[in-house]
Amino acid sequence: MVNSLEVRQLAYAYPDGTQALFGVDLSIARGERVALLGPNGAGKTTLVMHLNGILTAGHGSVTVAGTPVRNDTLKEVRQRVGLVFQDPDDQLFMPTVRDDVAFGPANAGLRGAELDRVVDDALERVGMLAAADRPPHHLSFGQRRRVAVATVLAMAPEILVLDEPSSNLDPAARRELAEVLRSLDVTVLMVTHDLPYALELCERSLVLSGGVIAADGPTRELLSDADLLARHRLELPYGFAIPAG
Amino acid sequence: MHRLPAQCKLLAVFAFALVVVATPRERFWAFAAYAVLLAGVAVAARVPATYVPRRMVIELPFVLFAFLIPVVGLGERTEVLGLSLSVPGLWSAWNILAKATLGVVASILLAATTEPRAVLLGAQRLRLPSLLVQIAMFMLRYMDVIVAEMRRMRVARESRGFEARNLRHVPVIARSAGALFIRSYERGERVHLAMLSRGYTGQLPVIGEAAASAAHWATALALPAAALAVWGLTW
Repeated sequence: MVNSLEVRQLAYAYPDGTQALFGVDLSIARGERVALLGPNGAGKTTLVMHLNGILTAGHGSVTVAGTPVRNDTLKEVRQRVGLVFQDPDDQLFMPTVRDDVAFGPANAGLRGAELDRVVDDALERVGMLAAADRPPHHLSFGQRRRVAVATVLAMAPEILVLDEPSSNLDPAARRELAEVLRSLDVTVLMVTHDLPYALELCERSLVLSGGVIAADGPTRELLSDADLLARHRLELPYGFAIPAG
Repeated sequence: MHRLPAQCKLLAVFAFALVVVATPRERFWAFAAYAVLLAGVAVAARVPATYVPRRMVIELPFVLFAFLIPVVGLGERTEVLGLSLSVPGLWSAWNILAKATLGVVASILLAATTEPRAVLLGAQRLRLPSLLVQIAMFMLRYMDVIVAEMRRMRVARESRGFEARNLRHVPVIARSAGALFIRSYERGERVHLAMLSRGYTGQLPVIGEAAASAAHWATALALPAAALAVWGLTW
């Protein structure tokens, strides 16, 4: 079976010369939920920007469900990789929730009843159908984040990539989002430094540190390795301890 | 009135404004008739009586300017309440006041009966330049976000004991404005990335129904048609 995501020897330097990625290797099988852990400045966001071709690899390759990310495949790749940005106000730019969720599929050419069906379905899956005709700025932060997930679900992506999905959420909103993510039948890559959230949602984790994948394994195993966490500036919240296996 | 597609109303207001502007200023009766037409629209649309006057405040700068013209104007002069005023200036002032007021009231009635979002959808359907429509749409969406950011910055300033009292405090405010500008610019870049990620290619897709029927157009264009009739009758 073709992997949802394959990254091979990906290296990238910003135009100012700062090298952010030094040869990242990872693969994610279809249906997996994987956490990408790493401290601030490890290159997490830079890696994410490569997954749908917003940044172009300096070296190495990214392949989404068998399709290499190249300039001539951008349209297809962006359809297949659903990026959920950290700040929902960046993601929700249309005047109403419905228009926003419709934006992606409409760009792909859907219109009329079929578009409505796709939009309703995506909003239903995140439990936000009742808010369809409201403007995004009238929603709570947690609701906005769930709508942001719906905007990419509507594009029926091969893989959902979430950048810090739990940031700024209160505990209830955090749990609601976790329930939504668990209910989705889609490959997920979750970029975060919220370790308990990774443990709750993802079987497997990758640690990105210093621009390379420093560890790859079952989340519980990685998080119970105190030395590994300390080496990569990762910390469980106060009072937490995760016993191995 | 509220249910008419926005594109019909937009075009109607535009056509009405054209007729008003094309009316020679000496034809007082025509202007009175236009005002009656607008009053009729307001009544038909059930716009609350206080709604229009309150929003007409926006015209105030033009009114002040119009009052200045006869004072500083040249040419033949006349005495009004002991003031020496220029006759051509008086005509110009009347011209500006009458036409601007009618235009402003027509726009307010459009705003009263149409959601801002619908106005933009209408503009999109009328094939106004896509870039301008998109800019207006983003302004509408991000106004609240930016105002909230501005409020947080003000609270942060005041929490540290700053109060804008005199001119020496202007540089602080100016720096805040600069920071706000940079933040908004960066947000713009992030929004653009989010749009690209969902297949944006430079055109907003036209979503939703609201196609206008012949009956819609006939209803909406009744206003400019009536105005045109007035224009013809007072010739």
